[in-house]
Amino acid sequence: MGGEEIEITPEVTAERIRKYLEEGKRFDGRNTNEFREVIIERNISKKAEGSVRVKLGKTEVLVGIKMDVSAPYPDSPNKGNLMVTAEFLPLSSSRIELGPPKFDSIEVGRIIDRGIRESKFIELEKLCIKEGEKVWTVFIDIYTINDDGNLLDAAGIGAVAALKLAKVPKYDEEKAKVLYGEYNGDLPLKKMNPFAITIHKIGSNLILDPTREEEDVSETRMTVGSSEGIIYSLQKGNSGYFSVEEIEKSFEIIEKSWKELFKKVEAQLK
Amino acid sequence: MTETEHKRTVVIPGETIVEGDNYLPGEGTEKQGKKIVALKYGLAEESNKLVKVIPLSGVYQPRRGNIIIGKCNLITFNGWVIDIGTAENAFLPIMETPRFVAKDRLDEVMRIGDICVVQIFGINGRGIDLTMKAKGLGRIDEGIVFKINSNKVPRVIGKEGSMIRIIREYTNCNITVGQNGYVWIKGDKIEDELFAKRAIIFITEKSFMDGLTEKVEEWFKKNGGVKKESKKYEDKGEEY
Amino acid sequence: MATNFKRPDGRKVDELREFEAKVGVIPNADGSAMYKSGETIAIAAVYGPKKMHPQHSQDPEKGTLRCTYNMNSFSVSERIRPGPSRRSTEISKITEWALEPALMLDRFPNMVVDVHINIIQADAGTRCAGINAAAMALAHAGIPMRDMVSSVSVGKLDKTIVVDLSKEEEDYEEGEGPTDIPISMTHSGNITHFQLDGKIESKQLMEAVELARKACEQIYEVQKKALKDSINMEEEE
Repeated sequence: MGGEEIEITPEVTAERIRKYLEEGKRFDGRNTNEFREVIIERNISKKAEGSVRVKLGKTEVLVGIKMDVSAPYPDSPNKGNLMVTAEFLPLSSSRIELGPPKFDSIEVGRIIDRGIRESKFIELEKLCIKEGEKVWTVFIDIYTINDDGNLLDAAGIGAVAALKLAKVPKYDEEKAKVLYGEYNGDLPLKKMNPFAITIHKIGSNLILDPTREEEDVSETRMTVGSSEGIIYSLQKGNSGYFSVEEIEKSFEIIEKSWKELFKKVEAQLK
Repeated sequence: MTETEHKRTVVIPGETIVEGDNYLPGEGTEKQGKKIVALKYGLAEESNKLVKVIPLSGVYQPRRGNIIIGKCNLITFNGWVIDIGTAENAFLPIMETPRFVAKDRLDEVMRIGDICVVQIFGINGRGIDLTMKAKGLGRIDEGIVFKINSNKVPRVIGKEGSMIRIIREYTNCNITVGQNGYVWIKGDKIEDELFAKRAIIFITEKSFMDGLTEKVEEWFKKNGGVKKESKKYEDKGEEY
Repeated sequence: MATNFKRPDGRKVDELREFEAKVGVIPNADGSAMYKSGETIAIAAVYGPKKMHPQHSQDPEKGTLRCTYNMNSFSVSERIRPGPSRRSTEISKITEWALEPALMLDRFPNMVVDVHINIIQADAGTRCAGINAAAMALAHAGIPMRDMVSSVSVGKLDKTIVVDLSKEEEDYEEGEGPTDIPISMTHSGNITHFQLDGKIESKQLMEAVELARKACEQIYEVQKKALKDSINMEEEE
């Protein structure tokens, strides 16, 4: 409320978090590799081509898909376009100020973009209307609603879920108009689940899905965009370092965790 | 409401609580003609014609004598600037430490980022003046520190510290509740500290209920708590 | 006033769209609320009172209220590019003016109260839904207020005054077309926000204001219930 400095997790608590982790324990009783409860609510905006609310514990994000027709990029005349934007809304945390996008939100947008793009999850070739002239652009827009840590992975889950629910609007070629609200079928997707999973290093421990407190104590992190054991994108963030063994261990942890996450998300999307 | 009724109802800003010449407007209320009107969201309480609103939310209002927990932001030549969660700056002067401190050794007592338990001994135009002289005050060395709604602090402490005593009995932890909503728990084991924290969160969620002390004892028993042998602990955060 | 006027969704002229209100929807915020009117959904979060930065913006006599209004890109059919626009900047200011008269800001000199409004789904009346959510969030945050503020959009469709315009009605094309009149007022009836776009005679406009007053009474009850229910719900656990 009144102060700002005191909002950040105090060092004494950080010490406790580290010490507890040495015993493989976390404040909320989870294992180091465990994700919090995932809750996905569908179609939170009827005006979107697909939209979800994702709750990861108390962390909440909204992800919506919008589509529009435009010219293709010159180097891909017969492919649709993809654009991912993340907005860290000031309503989600007292630490976020209003203003032009800061690095955090830009990074989330770009990491999610690469994971979705490199995995070729969206069959962009099927989104061509007229080669060289008109293609569909898929917009994935991410909004943070409550920050209790790990906004990135929550956004990634939201992006995959929203895309799976998305439908392609009808397009009136004569009038060159998109008929929003009328649909021509599902968004063409490959059968996969390219989640972004971020692993954090605290002391000599590796954990997944940190709460805000834990994320404040994280020294370095690595986000892996993968599906069924194939890695499509990777980014190490923050200063600090991983040993080679830690990186190898991280891949094991993430591969296993992907399977758990897949089950949780599938159950929500049934 | 009758004269002796202490029934509490939820009111919202602008709502008329009671109407009548004899009623007096207490905290969180205003008299408009014959009506006592709520100025805050909270529980309206009337006793002996004095009507007030107990807030359920809202920023901490610093008062002289309050024991609070703050974080050191800045070290000046003659003291430490402490962030206690208020807009006004709070300052701990070198003279208000329990032992003598040389002017070039301020950071040995407290560095930037350190957390401490202090007491407000004066509020004036310049800001809030703090002291660290009384028993139970000082730099926090270890434990967990977290924030609760400052309006719930009286319930967490309990009448004459009764609630804190129960938590202590079941967890063996030292607990300091700052009036500004910051809580410090220090125990022998991290599990005990987290248990105490969960108990405190439980209290804040049920803060407006009657018979809370019994409910908390029940909660402890239900969650595997066992009363430990009583040790001598200092009841910090009580004098305010 | 024609009482047998046929509205596209079958509502009576003085009938509000289906509403829903809830507080405490954003755990991190000091106060928060959601207000839904028909297909329009707004959420609001309040942070503060807190220290105002930069220091030169501080007002030594009273606290400052800062509102931001933002529509999600996918809240409307034609995607809105993320980020502020002239429209959202204007509505942010209008929202500040609508809420400020009810707040007792003189109790927080040099401090700021931030209110952030987000529109998740838009079907007309977004600024009103935002103001309704913001008023609840401010009360929820424990900000001292003289009164609650409620907001509704009344309108004129051709020659008939109606309450709570839907998007379809905003695009009404018959006769004199639509006139959109968003109004906010305190529970005691003081008007804190008033806008108009269209064509109307002053006498009929006063009728519209009266219709708005009655509608705001209903909205006030919804806001009050949401605030009171949030306590009762906790008790029932």
